[in-house]
Amino acid sequence: MTNLTTMDSPSFGAHLWRVTRARFGGNNFLLLITIILFAGMYLFGSVVYSSKNFGTLNSFFDMLNSNSALIVLAAGMTMVLISGGIDISVGAQIAMYCMMFAYFMEHQFVNAYVMILVVLITGIVFGLIQGVLVAYFDIQPFIVTLAGMFLARGMTAMISPQTISITNKDFMALAKFQIKFPFGGYTNAAGVYQQPFIYLHVVLALVALIALYMVMTWSKFGRSVYAVGGSEQSAKLMGLNVRRTKMMVYVVNGFLAAFAGFLFCLFSPGGAVEKAPAYEMYAIAAAVIGGAMFTGGVGNILGSVFGVLVQSTIIKFVNFNGTLSNGWPEVIRAAIMSFFIILQSVFTYVRKRRE
Amino acid sequence: MTHPLIRMRSITKNFPGVLALDNVDFTLHAGEIHALMGENGAGKSTLVKVLTGAEAFESGEIYLGDETQTIINNSPQQAQQRGISTVYQEVNLCPNLTVAENLFVGRQPKRFGFVHWAEMNRRARTIMEDIGVDINVEKPLETYSLAVQQMVAIGRAIDISVNVLILDEPTSSLNEAEVAKLFDLMRKLKGQGIGIIFITHFLEQVYEVCDKITVLRNGGLVGEYAIETMPRKDLVAAMLGRSFDDLAAIQHEGSDINEKSDEPLISAQGLGVRGGVKPFDLNIYRGEVVGLAGLLGSGRTEVARAIYGADNPDAGTLEAKGKKLRHNPLAAMRAGMAFCPESRKHEGCVADLSVRENIILAEQTKRGVFRLMSRAEQEKIAKKYVDLLQIKTASLETPISQLSGGNQQKVILARWLATHPEFLILDEPTRGIDVGTKAEIQKLCVELADEGMAVLFISSEIDEMLRTCSRIGIMRDLKKVGEISGEDLSSSTVMSMIAGGETHE
Repeated sequence: MTNLTTMDSPSFGAHLWRVTRARFGGNNFLLLITIILFAGMYLFGSVVYSSKNFGTLNSFFDMLNSNSALIVLAAGMTMVLISGGIDISVGAQIAMYCMMFAYFMEHQFVNAYVMILVVLITGIVFGLIQGVLVAYFDIQPFIVTLAGMFLARGMTAMISPQTISITNKDFMALAKFQIKFPFGGYTNAAGVYQQPFIYLHVVLALVALIALYMVMTWSKFGRSVYAVGGSEQSAKLMGLNVRRTKMMVYVVNGFLAAFAGFLFCLFSPGGAVEKAPAYEMYAIAAAVIGGAMFTGGVGNILGSVFGVLVQSTIIKFVNFNGTLSNGWPEVIRAAIMSFFIILQSVFTYVRKRRE
Repeated sequence: MTHPLIRMRSITKNFPGVLALDNVDFTLHAGEIHALMGENGAGKSTLVKVLTGAEAFESGEIYLGDETQTIINNSPQQAQQRGISTVYQEVNLCPNLTVAENLFVGRQPKRFGFVHWAEMNRRARTIMEDIGVDINVEKPLETYSLAVQQMVAIGRAIDISVNVLILDEPTSSLNEAEVAKLFDLMRKLKGQGIGIIFITHFLEQVYEVCDKITVLRNGGLVGEYAIETMPRKDLVAAMLGRSFDDLAAIQHEGSDINEKSDEPLISAQGLGVRGGVKPFDLNIYRGEVVGLAGLLGSGRTEVARAIYGADNPDAGTLEAKGKKLRHNPLAAMRAGMAFCPESRKHEGCVADLSVRENIILAEQTKRGVFRLMSRAEQEKIAKKYVDLLQIKTASLETPISQLSGGNQQKVILARWLATHPEFLILDEPTRGIDVGTKAEIQKLCVELADEGMAVLFISSEIDEMLRTCSRIGIMRDLKKVGEISGEDLSSSTVMSMIAGGETHE
């Protein structure tokens, strides 16, 4: 990756800025609104709940610490939406991978690192099957991944209907690994200094996110995904292998789901049938709030992080308030999604009018 | 520079039941712009598709350049590798990608395995400068007009290396300035020795930019002509397939002009649609059959759609019986209009519904969902029109898709007659149906007019119009250029006006 810094003659940064500026002029205007919305919400929370340490680095890291898997899922979902498809199997896949970790490490005593490899390969195979069905059998992605969702939940229960906790030493060492920050903490009511930290799985999630962003921006595959999502017919006439591109989208997403499963298991070590409920839906919501459109061709991988953060901030609000019912996060989530979907329509309409 | 780029010899292709191309020869030389002309179903598109490998053909040979070896393209990609590129009316690019990306998708310049954006943008700028289009190549394609998008498509074709450029109706949705720009580019490419096949239905444009014309009709070759030796009138005659002398012999058998009431039933003043038909005036009185003549794409259908409110006019007024009319189909229906569209497959028939259901559809819509017709009433209406129009169907419950084309057309006609319209628009009501049924439909039009209805009759067949209509409006290049009635109504006047000779007002 070092060569990236020397990619452009002025500088990599200048290039990134130019690309970003060009993008914000277009569809990623939506992303800009998301970022502003998040910043606004967070700032608001920091002021209103300043006594409860809402605005501290600790509190911000909390959001990352509990959402690493979702960040990866949302990034992958954004890619799938850009291609014009959808993958609703990823939440159930997470449950399945967590159960695989729990069962094989605790009951079969398989090495933790071997299990990581096994899970990642399982994800690729799972994605490959879905991808072949979507791309080469021309089956609606919704239907294919709906079947995938049932399969993954079913497999989870077949491995073990009981909840299994993970005690594997190697695995728990990874799960508990913290990266502490020497600044930005605060002293709590009891007078103890709270040092901000992030878990290893957050770092892994961010690495996956940036890697996917780079693939989507600088690889032929990534640009082909945008082209296919923009117009499948045109992509075909321009000589792209549309079927292979679509298949690869699901393969990559299968891998990312497995990776997210690994991260989720680090966050919450154990297997249970009903683990990660509705995560595929949160991932879709994050992707949409982050600027992806269901019509395909439009979306930004980095935007999905803000989609996750916005949703996470809503939950934070309700938690910090303390008196609101648990229904509120969902209701606000609905309101924000509606807002963005309406914004997308307006945006599309304005663009059509301009033509 | 007269060596041939493409020679197609005795190309023959069948579609089920139709001979799409019958022994057609076509030759394209380097540095020439060659118009391919013909009415709907003449075989222009099929010929191009055969050339580019989008369609297979049964017999014939295609030679590249001076080679003696024949070639067959199995896909548009393969044709592109041989230097044959097509730019379609609907631009086949990705609107969400930048201009530069569209030029280089699938063949992006790379550095260290990564897409080299800076290099790609630089090369894209060079390409667009070369064809004289000054735009920011880093902006998404959709931010530019269709004209620019087409230029980008041409730019891509040229950069991939092109000897033969096929432009399939590129000007249909461009304004005049954009067309001029495209023509400049075409002339420039011609100067570089590229051969251009230009498919269009705008006569003016053919004479402005082309060197040669090949005319097709009903899948057969009519001839290849140098532009200087082919007056407009002869070109129209070649496309429509009748010489002026033949046509002069046909007598006008239409009903005599009925006594017009003073107030027009439908009155359009300055009605126009942006990007569609230019503002036109048209008054239609009770008891007359008014025809609209013109070549394909001349704006006949657009006039009908504007009156019916299917397209939203942005200029002028439309009055029905002296009252101003809102521009939407339901309002038009309630004002007594009925529109029987051109493509019965796409706009007319609901293939899975029965004959009965298809017939009562419009009347039911007019009444609204809360006033459902009883089954008995539906059957009565359906039966009445099946008998009246002699629709050949096994039963009222037969799906319409099982009927022949002519009978489907009659069902659609019945649907609109069932609404008891005062003003009936028929767009190509006789296309693709047998001669007997054609005559019946023509007769029916005249009878309906005699009963006091007004009919707007659109057709590509001039003698059919002369037989049926008492007055004919002439359309050319999306403009209503004149009206002919009474004594003047003859095939030669109609043809010369379509071709763009002197105008009668």
